[in-house]
Amino acid sequence: MSAMAGTRTILLGIETSCDETAASVVARRSDGCFEVLSSVVSSQIDLHARYGGVVPEVASRAHIERINPVVAEAMREAGLQLGEVDAVAATVGPGLVGSLLVGVSAAKALSLVWGVPFVGVNHLEAHLFAPLLEDPEVAFPLLVLLVSGGHTILLGMDRPGEYRLLGRTVDDAAGEAFDKVARYLGLGYPGGPVIDRLAVEGDPTAIAFPRSMLHDGLDFSFSGLKTSVVNYVRRHPDVAAADVAASFQEAAVDVLVHKARLAAAQLGAAGMSLAGGVAANTRLRARWVAAGEADGRRAHLPSLAYCTDNAAMVAAAGLWRLAERGPSALDCGVDPNLSLTPSV
Amino acid sequence: MLILGIETSSTQVSCALGGSDGVLAAAQVNRGQRHAELLSPMIGQLCDAAGVSLASVEAVAVGVGPGLFTGLRVGLATAKAIAFGLGVPAIGVGSLDLVAFPVRFAECRIVAVSDARRSEVFWATYRGSRDGVEVVGAPRVGPPTELRAELEAGSGRRLLVGDGALRYRDLIAAAGSAGVEFVDGALAQPSAWSLVQVARSRASAGGLVAPDDVHPLYLRKPDAEANWVQRPGSGGPAS
Ligand SMILES: [Zn+2]
Repeated sequence: MSAMAGTRTILLGIETSCDETAASVVARRSDGCFEVLSSVVSSQIDLHARYGGVVPEVASRAHIERINPVVAEAMREAGLQLGEVDAVAATVGPGLVGSLLVGVSAAKALSLVWGVPFVGVNHLEAHLFAPLLEDPEVAFPLLVLLVSGGHTILLGMDRPGEYRLLGRTVDDAAGEAFDKVARYLGLGYPGGPVIDRLAVEGDPTAIAFPRSMLHDGLDFSFSGLKTSVVNYVRRHPDVAAADVAASFQEAAVDVLVHKARLAAAQLGAAGMSLAGGVAANTRLRARWVAAGEADGRRAHLPSLAYCTDNAAMVAAAGLWRLAERGPSALDCGVDPNLSLTPSV
Repeated sequence: MLILGIETSSTQVSCALGGSDGVLAAAQVNRGQRHAELLSPMIGQLCDAAGVSLASVEAVAVGVGPGLFTGLRVGLATAKAIAFGLGVPAIGVGSLDLVAFPVRFAECRIVAVSDARRSEVFWATYRGSRDGVEVVGAPRVGPPTELRAELEAGSGRRLLVGDGALRYRDLIAAAGSAGVEFVDGALAQPSAWSLVQVARSRASAGGLVAPDDVHPLYLRKPDAEANWVQRPGSGGPAS
């Protein structure tokens, strides 16, 4: 059954923690480098758009219908027959419990059927592996800013498996603020891409929105910014939406980049990487590269496909975990509130 | 034909292996809400105990509900992935059919009633025979008073079976509906033991399908409670 030719380990990764059904096959060579053989993502954005956010029950039901076809596609794209893998991994948390259950149940079932180990993966840890998928030269310690609809976290990665939590949002996630502002402006869902597009036409200095907690440690706060936007538009109903979008985005990105640079300095980071769906933001990416250059740190910008939720990062984290810590027990459960153990 | 049956639509986690010689092995645990932890290891142990390799399973049967969503998800995802991973067909069986199946010899209408939580029950009405059960009243969800009204409107002897019937027994029986009887707790939940037997006869009648064509029977809309929700992890799940 094994596809392992002695030189590399091949693992099927499954990700269903939120609203993406994803499967990927990744190989890890004996030198530790990763090779993505396939990465398939079936997004549910269409299903959730009319609610303006992710509805857990809708997500769970869609995962049930999509998981097998997505896995089949990932195996086909990798050029493998069913069962030609050395292990199966899935995200066990954090995330929506009903969604997590689908991916974990399917992964355990496949590991049972194919007689290969199962590996439970922490979704946050998986995001940290995104830069390593494309760049074997990642320099540690690495500062990672994980920004998405669910997370806004600053993490130090001394090496795979050793993490330090440096800062996080005390209220809304950054992506959530983008969604809420877009919804308030009547721009639709998800908010990130529409604000990004609209901001190009606007003046980022038109409105001086507050930079919350800018000089207050490494934690973030985005609910105040969202409220300021709402209040401003209420008082100035004729304001150009593009100016609001550009000014809001600039305020959010300012805080993200400023705190990331502080955190990188505190960590003595050799490199800095973006992760999460908000890493797709054009302005954030440009400012990230500039910050790396200014501070003499290597700036990593993983492909968008590996920034947003995907299974390649889960497979990579699973391969590392399997090699370093061994397989997970089949009776492990899911944990919607799983945290990233700072250091093991 | 060797069939693996998986039934997790109630608080019970249940799996069984069966074939033309009947049920070879069965296991069940009723320790509420640990479906994801229990099911896969249980299937592995069941195969070991029966001396059967999972690779020799020729079809996978699964209880498709109606039932508790968490259990259904684990059962459906597991069953469909096993069938897919083995490259064998699957068959979905209504979970209320499985509640009715053990009392199929009753010479009267059988009403399978399961606890749907939120003060509601799932129920369906059956005619039993030597070989199995046949639906005469399709599965529904509603408050027990609705079931009571249906019973009052009907006549003749009716046998009520299932954890929903037992939980709301006083309320339902208070109707004073003539001929309504209850089956004791031993048969209260759908089991994979029943499932492999039902699946075997339906499989030989052409009931096998591709795993992708097995779908859960929820009976409740996903947006019934769909007020706008946040994505997970807001506020920072890392510690
Ligand atoms: Zn994520």
